[in-house]
Amino acid sequence: MTGKRILAFLAHRLAIFAYVVFALFPLYWLLKVSVTPNKLLYSEGIRMWPSRTSFEHFEFVLRHSDFPVFFKNSLIVSGSTAVIVTALASLAGYALSRFGFRGKYWIVALMLLTQMFPLVMLVAPIFKMLSPLGLTNSLTGLILVYTAFNIPFATFLMQSFFDGIPKDLEEAAMIDGATQFVAFRQIILPLTLPGIAATLGFVFTAAWSELLFSLMLISGNDAATFPVGLLSFVSKFSVDFGQMMAAGVLALIPACLFFLLIQRYLVQGLTAGAVKG
Amino acid sequence: MASIDISAIRKSYGILPVLHGIDLEIRDGEFVVLVGPSGCGKSTLLRMIAGLEAVTSGEIRIDGKRVNDLAPKDRDIAMVFQSYALYPHMSVAKNMSYSLRLRKTPAEKIASVVAGAATKLGLDPLMERRPRALSGGQRQRVAMGRAIVREPKAFLFDEPLSNLDARLREQMRAEIKKLHQDLGATSIYVTHDQIEAMTLADRIVAMHGGIVQQVGSPLELYDNPANLFVAGFIGSPGMNFFEGRYMRSGETASFALTGGAVLPLPSTANLPDGSRATLGIRPEHVILGAEGPDAMLAKVDLVEPTGFGIIVHLTLGSVAFKAFTLDRRFLGMQGEVAVRLPVPNLHFFDEAGRKV
Ligand SMILES: Nc1ncnc2c1ncn2[C@@H]1O[C@H](COP(=O)(O)OP(=O)(O)OP(=O)(O)O)[C@@H](O)[C@H]1O
Ligand SMILES: [Mg+2]
Repeated sequence: MTGKRILAFLAHRLAIFAYVVFALFPLYWLLKVSVTPNKLLYSEGIRMWPSRTSFEHFEFVLRHSDFPVFFKNSLIVSGSTAVIVTALASLAGYALSRFGFRGKYWIVALMLLTQMFPLVMLVAPIFKMLSPLGLTNSLTGLILVYTAFNIPFATFLMQSFFDGIPKDLEEAAMIDGATQFVAFRQIILPLTLPGIAATLGFVFTAAWSELLFSLMLISGNDAATFPVGLLSFVSKFSVDFGQMMAAGVLALIPACLFFLLIQRYLVQGLTAGAVKG
Repeated sequence: MASIDISAIRKSYGILPVLHGIDLEIRDGEFVVLVGPSGCGKSTLLRMIAGLEAVTSGEIRIDGKRVNDLAPKDRDIAMVFQSYALYPHMSVAKNMSYSLRLRKTPAEKIASVVAGAATKLGLDPLMERRPRALSGGQRQRVAMGRAIVREPKAFLFDEPLSNLDARLREQMRAEIKKLHQDLGATSIYVTHDQIEAMTLADRIVAMHGGIVQQVGSPLELYDNPANLFVAGFIGSPGMNFFEGRYMRSGETASFALTGGAVLPLPSTANLPDGSRATLGIRPEHVILGAEGPDAMLAKVDLVEPTGFGIIVHLTLGSVAFKAFTLDRRFLGMQGEVAVRLPVPNLHFFDEAGRKV
């Protein structure tokens, strides 16, 4: 019996380990290539780690490419999108969770509907709309588009977090002397921090890695975000794998930092509602 | 403190009517308990008084002032929820002071009031804890503390003790009663535990199906229930009911039980001859081991000792009923026993269930 249990335990751990290796291997490869000197990139065959490492790619990317601009643009776009979407989705999610109002059903249905189209279909009409407004080739336009596309899902996400908070709490606050809004701000919102963190993280990463609209709406390097920038390493006559990977590693940093910052809430947030606290 | 007047209150959720015209006057300082089975609309009524549910029609006045359209915060009432609804991210002290902080009460005043309430409720050592680190009974006390710190016009309680175990419930019940004696605050208390209702109430409001069935002191409802519902709801073990036909012949009358037995009645009740009726008697009024002409033989089904007394399950004809006795002689009882249903303790209900 105990032997069996140990075996099961080991198998369980092994399965998790295998999964983690599988999931993280591309990241490892990214890191590996980024520190492999160009000379060794094609000459050494397939090795788990190059015989000599160097940071030449990083240096090139930071000093001699437009990457810092892409990076800054991405940070602005993703950060703003995450903050705007989360703020709006919190309010909308709260309304959907707590209030009954006319047209609620249709609003929800419409929001779901927007999630059903392949985005590719929408590129041309959106370009047509933004172009006369001068919002193509601008970060503002990109923020606008990302915000619009992320709000429905973020709203549903926030709604589910609000649904997990008993209504009694804000009723108690209202009896204690708060208005509905004060109850929302002082009682409900602090309890939704995990949900807010999860939504922030989700939207931030979605915007950070978005390629399609960025590619279509932005031309030229000034307003390009980093996924578009990565493609610039492909151009010309060859692919600069080393530089591309170095840029990729650098692009991981803000996402990692961001998740480190919110991970305390995130773990709570993603499991909230699973168990009644 | 204040009086609360409720007149012709109705409530519908969409097309579903839940309360059908409630009238109730609650005097200043009175402790009123709303009882009734699940779903009869007790919480709905309470929440309407608190301002958490809109009033469909009718009028609620607190201290003579119409409050129908007032937000909860402007009604100056306090409420203790069944779930306690403590703010999880605030310490006990912060939970208790929240209402005062919202009202911008000076800090020194808050500190002294909260400390006073904490001492009264025995919460002193727990003030810095978060609600999740408290036991059920402690949470309950914090919820009470949150209500008493600001001296509201009235206290509303929605089944505040139903999440506690039996012993703690007994203890908190006594504490609530003591608190009420201290503060003299107008209180409305919802429960479906009729012991709570009997012990706490100045007046009980028995509700059923969104209608007030009877309002009165606990003993009034116990001794003189207005209808079958109240008779059956108040008291534990509940009142026994026998269906039958009321027969009148001249100055004497009798009651023919459906099972076949006939009960002679010396005085006449206000029922027409031959009408269907229900006879009720409380278990403690059934006399066991009776002698005399009006004794009837009942089959003993089951004997339940409760420690305090004995509940005997009996069958008369085909009707099951219960007797309650303090006499331990009946512990080992088997077979048949002679019972008597003393006439002064009988309740008669007409076909519509009204007491006659
Ligand atoms: N939001 C709502 N929408 C529709 N019907 C409701 C709503 N809230 C309550 N009801 C209905 O109103 C009736 C009364 O509910 P209420 O909560 O007042 O009962 P209660 O007497 O407090 O019962 P309990 O003892 O179980 O708490 C119930 O039949 C319930 O189904
Ligand atoms: Mg209720």
